[in-house]
Amino acid sequence: MSDLLSASVLAAFITAIIVQTMPLIMAAIGETIGEQSGVLNLGIEGVMLVGAYSGYVAALASGSAWVGMLGGIAGGVVANLLMLVLNTWLGLNQIVIGLAITIMGEGLTSVLYLQNYSKHPQSVPQDAWPIPGLSDVPVVGPSIFRQSGIFWVLILVMIVVAFMLARTNWGLSIRAAGQKPSSLDAAGGSVMRTRTQAVLLNGAFVGLGGAFLSVITTGTFTAFMTGGLGFVAIVITMLSRGKVHWIVITSLIYGIAVAIKNPLQLVGVTVPADVFQMLPFVVVMLTLIIFARSSVVPPALGTSYTRGAR
Amino acid sequence: MIEETPRWRRVVDALVRSILPVVLALVVAGLIMLAMGSNPIDFYAGVWKYGLTGNNWQDSLRLMAPLMIIALGLIVAFRGQLWNLGYNGTYLLGSVVAAGFGPVLYPVMPGWIVTAILIVGAILIGAIWSILPAVLKARFGTNEIITSLVMSFIAIGVVNLLIKGPMHDPNPKVTAPQTATIPKADLLPVLDSTRVHIGVVIAIVLALVAQFVLSRTSFGVRLDVFGSSPKAAQHVGISRSWMIVLLFCMSGALIALAGSIDVLGNVTYQRANWNPAYGDAVMPFVFLARLSPLAAIPLVAFYSVFANGGINAARSVGLNSDFLLVVVGLILVFMTITEFVGAKRRLGQSYLPPGMRQTVLGLVQRRGTARRAKA
Repeated sequence: MSDLLSASVLAAFITAIIVQTMPLIMAAIGETIGEQSGVLNLGIEGVMLVGAYSGYVAALASGSAWVGMLGGIAGGVVANLLMLVLNTWLGLNQIVIGLAITIMGEGLTSVLYLQNYSKHPQSVPQDAWPIPGLSDVPVVGPSIFRQSGIFWVLILVMIVVAFMLARTNWGLSIRAAGQKPSSLDAAGGSVMRTRTQAVLLNGAFVGLGGAFLSVITTGTFTAFMTGGLGFVAIVITMLSRGKVHWIVITSLIYGIAVAIKNPLQLVGVTVPADVFQMLPFVVVMLTLIIFARSSVVPPALGTSYTRGAR
Repeated sequence: MIEETPRWRRVVDALVRSILPVVLALVVAGLIMLAMGSNPIDFYAGVWKYGLTGNNWQDSLRLMAPLMIIALGLIVAFRGQLWNLGYNGTYLLGSVVAAGFGPVLYPVMPGWIVTAILIVGAILIGAIWSILPAVLKARFGTNEIITSLVMSFIAIGVVNLLIKGPMHDPNPKVTAPQTATIPKADLLPVLDSTRVHIGVVIAIVLALVAQFVLSRTSFGVRLDVFGSSPKAAQHVGISRSWMIVLLFCMSGALIALAGSIDVLGNVTYQRANWNPAYGDAVMPFVFLARLSPLAAIPLVAFYSVFANGGINAARSVGLNSDFLLVVVGLILVFMTITEFVGAKRRLGQSYLPPGMRQTVLGLVQRRGTARRAKA
C-alpha cells in the first residue's frame, strides 16, 4: 500500500492522467463546436490521426513541440476541408463523408509512417517549463508544474472556448445553426458561414488533440495510435451537451480510468484495459437509456441546410 | 418515371454511375502512389496476380463470403433508412460465438449439430445486440447512428474480455490472448479440390433470396415504402416501431452470421483486438449497388479480389496493406460526388431509394423541386 502512495508513483499517475486526458479534451472541444453547429463529424478519428502524423513530422523537422502543435492544427484543418467542401458547401451526406475521412486518415497515416519513419523511429524532443518554486513541491511539482508550456496554453484555450461558446454572439450563432438553422438565417446570420467556421475549428482542435497525443503523450507516432479515441471524443461530446467544463470533467474521468491501470497493478489488482476502454461507451448508453426522452444532441445535427428550403 | 428514356440507356447510365466512382478512385489512388514513389501499374498488376491467378482466386472467394453477408445486412438496414453503424462490433460478436464455443463443443457433439448451434447462436446474439438501438430509436427517436456505434464499441470490449478470460485457449502453452483453434475436420466443407468453403455458396444464395424478398414480395414493398417515408408507411398500416426493430435485428443477425461463417470456414480461431472492419470496406459497394443484393454480388466480388490481391500487391510496391483503406475512402468520396453531379444532370437513376436519397442528397433534391415548382 505504501508503494501506491509514494510520491513518485503518485506523480507518475498524475502525469499519466494529464497526458491521456488532454488530447481527448481537445478533440471533444473540436467536436463540440462542430456538433453544436449541426455538423456531426464521424471523421474525427481520421482527422486526429492526420493531426498526430503531421504534428509528429512538424515537431521532428523543427525540433520544437510547439511547431508540432501548429503542424497538427494544419493537418486537421486540411483533413476537414473534405467535410467542409462536400458536406457544408455541397450538402452531401455527413455520415458517408465522415466515415470516408476516418478510413482515409487511418490508411494514409499508416502508409506514410511505414514509408518514412518505421525503419528509424524517432522521438520528439520534449519541452518542459518547470515553474520556479512550485516545481519543487513533492507530487504535484514534477507532475503538474513541470509540464510543457503547451499544457498551460491549452488550458487558457479551454477557458476562452468555454467563454466564446457560452457568452458571446458567436457562440449563440453556432448553437442556432445546430438548433434551428432557419432562425439563424432569419436573424441575419449565415448558416453557411457559421458552419464553415465550425468545421474549420473542429479540424483545428481535433488535429491539435492528435498532435498532443503523438508529440507529447507518447513522443512518437504509430499507425492507428488513436485506437478509437476519436469515437470516445464523439461520445464525450454527446455527454457534455456543449459545456466545456463537462468535457473536462468527463474526459478526466476517462483519463483517470485509463491511467489508474499502473498504480493498480502495483498493488496487485489487474483489471483488463478493455474494461476501461469500454466504460465511457457503457456510460453513454446508460445515459441515453435513462434520459432517452430529452434530446442529447442538437435537433439539426446531421442535416444539411439550404437557405429557403421548406 | 422517365418513360421516354430507352431501357438500354438507363442500364448504361446506371452502370456508368456505379463504375465511374471506382475508376476515379483507382486513378486518384494511382496518383497518390506516384507521389509516394511507388509504381501504380505494378500495384494494379499485383492485384490481378495475387487476387486472381493461380489458386489466389480461391482466397478471394473465401474473403467474399463474410463481405457479401455483411453487405446484405447493411442493405436491409439502409433500405429502411436506418443507419446501422454497429457492424464491426456485431461482426466480432458473431465470430467470437463460433471461435469461443466451437473448440469446446466440437469434441463432444456431432460436427454438423455444433455448426448449426454456432451459426444460430451467432444469429441470435447479433439480433439481440441490435435490439437496444432499435428500441431507443422506435420509442424515443434516439439517433441510431450514435447508439449503434456506441454498442459496437461495447461489443468490441466484451469480445476482447471474453477472449482474454473465459474463452482463452485452455492450452497453457498459449500465452497470446486468443481462443483455441477449431479442428480442421470440423470446418465448413470445401467445394471439391479447392479451398473455397461452402460459406461462399451460402452468401450467394442469401443474396439471391434477399433479392427475391426485397423485389418480389409484399415485405419488400413494405420495406421500400417505409424507407421512402415512415409517415406514409404508418398511413398504410405498417408499424414504424415494429419495422425499425425488425430491420435492425435482421441487419445485426446477418452481420453476426458473417462473423461466424468467417471463423468456421476461414479464420478458425480468434485473437483479441482482431477487428477486420469489413463493414467499413463494404459500405461504399453497398451504395454503389444501389442497395440491390443482386448488383452487390459483382461489386463485392470485385472488392474481394482487390482486397485479397491488394495486401500482397501493396507490399510488393513498398506500401502496406492499409493503403486499401485509402482506396475505399476515395471510392466513398467519389461516390457522393458522382451522385451529386448525377442528380444535377439527371444521369440515370440514383443509387438510393427515394427516402435515403433525401437524406444523402437533401440539398440537391430540394433545389430541384424548387426549380420545378417555379417552372
